[in-house]
Amino acid sequence: MTDARAPAPAPRRPNAILRRRRRELALGAALLAALAALPWFISDVYTQNLLILVLLYAGLSQAWNVLGGYCGQVSLGHALYFGLGGYTSTMLLLDLGLPPVFGMVAGGLVGGVGALLVGWPCFRLSGHYYAVATVVVGEIGYLLFINWDFVGGASGLTVPIAGRSWLYLQFGVSKLPWIYVTLGFAAAAWTVAYLVEGSRWGYSWRAVKDDVTAARSLAVRVFPSKMAAAAISGFLTGVGGAIYAQYVGYIDPDSILAGSFSILIALPAVLGGVGTLWGPLLGSAVLIPVSELSRSYLGSSGSGVDLMIYGGLIVAVSLARPAGLVSLFGTRGLAGGRGRG
Amino acid sequence: MTALVLQAVVSGLLMGLIYALVAAGLSLIFGLMDVVNFAHGEMLMLSMFAVLALHGALHVDALLLLPVVALIMFGGGVAVYRLLIARALSVASNRGMVQIFVTFGLAIFLRGAAQFAFGGEFRSINDGWLSNRTVALGPVFLPLPQVAAGLVCLLAFAGLLALSRTEFGRALEATREDRDAVALIGIDRDRIFAFGWGIGAATVGVAGTMLSTFYYVSPSVGLNFAVIAYVTVALGGFGSMLGALAAGLLIGLVESLTALALEPSLKQVGMFAVYLLVLVSRPRGLFGKI
Repeated sequence: MTDARAPAPAPRRPNAILRRRRRELALGAALLAALAALPWFISDVYTQNLLILVLLYAGLSQAWNVLGGYCGQVSLGHALYFGLGGYTSTMLLLDLGLPPVFGMVAGGLVGGVGALLVGWPCFRLSGHYYAVATVVVGEIGYLLFINWDFVGGASGLTVPIAGRSWLYLQFGVSKLPWIYVTLGFAAAAWTVAYLVEGSRWGYSWRAVKDDVTAARSLAVRVFPSKMAAAAISGFLTGVGGAIYAQYVGYIDPDSILAGSFSILIALPAVLGGVGTLWGPLLGSAVLIPVSELSRSYLGSSGSGVDLMIYGGLIVAVSLARPAGLVSLFGTRGLAGGRGRG
Repeated sequence: MTALVLQAVVSGLLMGLIYALVAAGLSLIFGLMDVVNFAHGEMLMLSMFAVLALHGALHVDALLLLPVVALIMFGGGVAVYRLLIARALSVASNRGMVQIFVTFGLAIFLRGAAQFAFGGEFRSINDGWLSNRTVALGPVFLPLPQVAAGLVCLLAFAGLLALSRTEFGRALEATREDRDAVALIGIDRDRIFAFGWGIGAATVGVAGTMLSTFYYVSPSVGLNFAVIAYVTVALGGFGSMLGALAAGLLIGLVESLTALALEPSLKQVGMFAVYLLVLVSRPRGLFGKI
């Protein structure tokens, strides 16, 4: 910070973009410190669980944001990469005894490769054709896993108990370590998005998002750009899936591969602010508590009121804040260069 | 064996007609204004509950309720357009995603509302004129409700075709071609859009009414049909009626033959695989406009 006071070496106008990026980084570090301290003030399990879910979905939707937001490819099939990550780490633990800390990386790699394999045929499609194709690919994954006995079929897999250990990401009944695991995940996803935003890739992706033809005329290689975004997005989503599997201790196709997860992963980013650094976290911080609280207070009777509130909120926020909740703070990020209206 | 295959082919085609009609409503709305309605399955679900409720209250056969439900759904479609879609189309930024997630939020809301009003259990109507009857076509035995549903869906397609010949239909087509130019020749675009949503929803209402004569009804019944509808529309080409019909029949056929050849639980894998194969070679679907 003292450097900022030093006289500039050249009489150039200070670079607004660099200044903003430095500010984003400082904000990120401050928020990380605050969130790291927060668990000491939260003792009840319900709130701890809520915080874990908020952080997990913040990371997941940031992962989605890399492909869907920055690169503009609206994927509605991210549950596949999420499920691949969860299944990979769980299978490696069950069959080879590989600790989930490593299984997580393997899960991410499988998720990334999965995203590349899906991207190969699907990136030829544009707009709604692409979105629908990703829905279908996700459904195919779900159906195949339900019928695949090697991975437990419809009855799913249970994560074996391995005692309390960071290596195995098992902490008995304590939820406190999980807050740090998910915080680490969310922070990692944020950092990736931050680095991407300022990189050459980030600019290529936003060019592809805004106008494919124009991007191509500027020598942006469109297909490789999309594939790179997909790989990073799939990797992070796979890691998130592995963390989720380890956290809940049991996975089956319905709990980890269902199409509804694809939407759950995308929603925080969309409502928070698509293609922005803070959108996914902000969206997750609003959406997950509303969904969880309405479910636990109104959903237990099965009356459907919780779904009405949740759905109504999505409609209201989408219509009232089309650029996302982030626009409330006037933070447009680098992506929303054109801003609102 | 041949009888078995023949049976699978005919019942697949009959189911395909329903898929086609559900997809037609989706395709019509898309072709008109580039909006994919992610609440389409829930509209199907609502029309089935409308049949259930009216049947319970009036003790009238589901078939007689067909025009009533279609009319109710028409009103519902217009209301959805006026209240939500018109607003979603007028946002300043991020229009594509706002449209997706507004209809998606609506879908969740409608599912919750149905659960609130009717409860979550599975129900069915099995005391109609058509119920529990079969027709024999040579070696093939078909449940009468499915045959009737297929026929009604064909009629509905004929109706859609006839509609495109009317003044309104031509205005619809003109708006689809160029939504800005039509304003110059005195067509109220907003009204045409609302009308398109009405027709799209009414089409789903017809499919839902026929479906309710032989299929269970529950708040989540729309989910499965919605995914099939998206596949059908993308396979046939967004915006193409003929494409929806052809793709619907193809999907129904592939589904029923996959169930016969592999396992019933894998029946959808076949149709999804066909869809992906076609899309890789024809990114705009079978009949899509480039």
